[in-house]
Amino acid sequence: MSSYRKALLEPIFDNNPIGLQVLGICSALAVTTKLETAVVMSLAVIFVTSCASLFVSVIRNHMPSSIRIIAQMTVIASLVIIADQFLKAYMYDISKQLSVFVGLIITNCIVLGRTEGFALKNPPGLSFIDGIGNGLGYAVVLLFVATIRELLGTGKLYGLTVLKLTRDGGWYPANGLMLLAPSAFILIGLFIWAVRTWKPEQVED
Amino acid sequence: MFEHYLGIFLTSIFIENLALAFFLGMCTFLAVSQRVSTAAGLGLAVIVVQAITIPVNNLIYRYVLQEGALAWAGLPNVDLTFLGLITYIGVIAAMVQILEMALDKYVPKLYNALGIFLPLITVNCAILGGSLFMVERDYNFPESCVYGVGSGVGWALAIIGLAGIRERMKYSNVPPGLRGLGITFVTVGLMAMAFMLFSGIQL
Repeated sequence: MSSYRKALLEPIFDNNPIGLQVLGICSALAVTTKLETAVVMSLAVIFVTSCASLFVSVIRNHMPSSIRIIAQMTVIASLVIIADQFLKAYMYDISKQLSVFVGLIITNCIVLGRTEGFALKNPPGLSFIDGIGNGLGYAVVLLFVATIRELLGTGKLYGLTVLKLTRDGGWYPANGLMLLAPSAFILIGLFIWAVRTWKPEQVED
Repeated sequence: MFEHYLGIFLTSIFIENLALAFFLGMCTFLAVSQRVSTAAGLGLAVIVVQAITIPVNNLIYRYVLQEGALAWAGLPNVDLTFLGLITYIGVIAAMVQILEMALDKYVPKLYNALGIFLPLITVNCAILGGSLFMVERDYNFPESCVYGVGSGVGWALAIIGLAGIRERMKYSNVPPGLRGLGITFVTVGLMAMAFMLFSGIQL
């Protein structure tokens, strides 16, 4: 039982896929201008990593290692197509805002990294949990960045006004920089700094 | 006409830089930017692969996947766009493999210089992202050729720039928690800010 717990909780802070393993940053940053898109993107990634790990783990003993990469890519690409079509059908507006980034989950290194590094060697149940854990680790960073960007950039959280903007007669002048690309990089840099100050064993030399 | 293509080219390099404006190819961007020489090799490989895969995916999209595209085969009502993702990634993987074999046979020097980076490019989001942007913006064939080269050049420029900064940064005294990945992120953020100077330019 404890190995399941470890597989679920360890990736969140101790071995965060974005903060420590430098995986999956590619699609992470562009969707964090609003909390809503970040939540949807996180759910899509959790779905894809967990299911991909599960299915790859199920077929791991029947798969020749010479074609394992392409087999994994096929599993991942099929799952991403399911997620993409689902979003297009039920959440069309958000899927428009996410534009190409749902498709880019295919090349998100977290997914391939977990199937290749974990699911090929472990039983299906544990792989599934590990996939969820890593998806959550990704989600934590995404939600952190999106909360700060949306709050400071537009004064809203999840579309609801929290800080009243000066242009609507409130007191808070919106920080437009937060909505632009560079702020996401700097926020992630600061997030890594905070985590590593809290857990000094992660510091690089 | 010429200005139109020049516009696409310059926009894809500076204004819509794949790495700094869309965050694509970040994993390799951060991992392989410690030395300028390796960064330049990877940048070159990305340019070549972009310049080939985007036009090829463009042709596949126009003549096979797009709604009504199969009219030439007598199937005017078929819409295969949902197969897009799996097709593009297949094309990219196959192209990288072919390019690897061709380089190994005809230009072994370049092949050895690129080394491990070529296979890694298959999972570089900048490549797949380029193809998806091409579809989203509905480029025609010549436009997609220009966009392919331009987006590759933009990515290469960004990674070589970052590698140059990181080489210098070895001599600076960074706070312990920020060392390595943290300061790299902050640097990329500042670089992205510099690149935003171009964003007001209308071409």
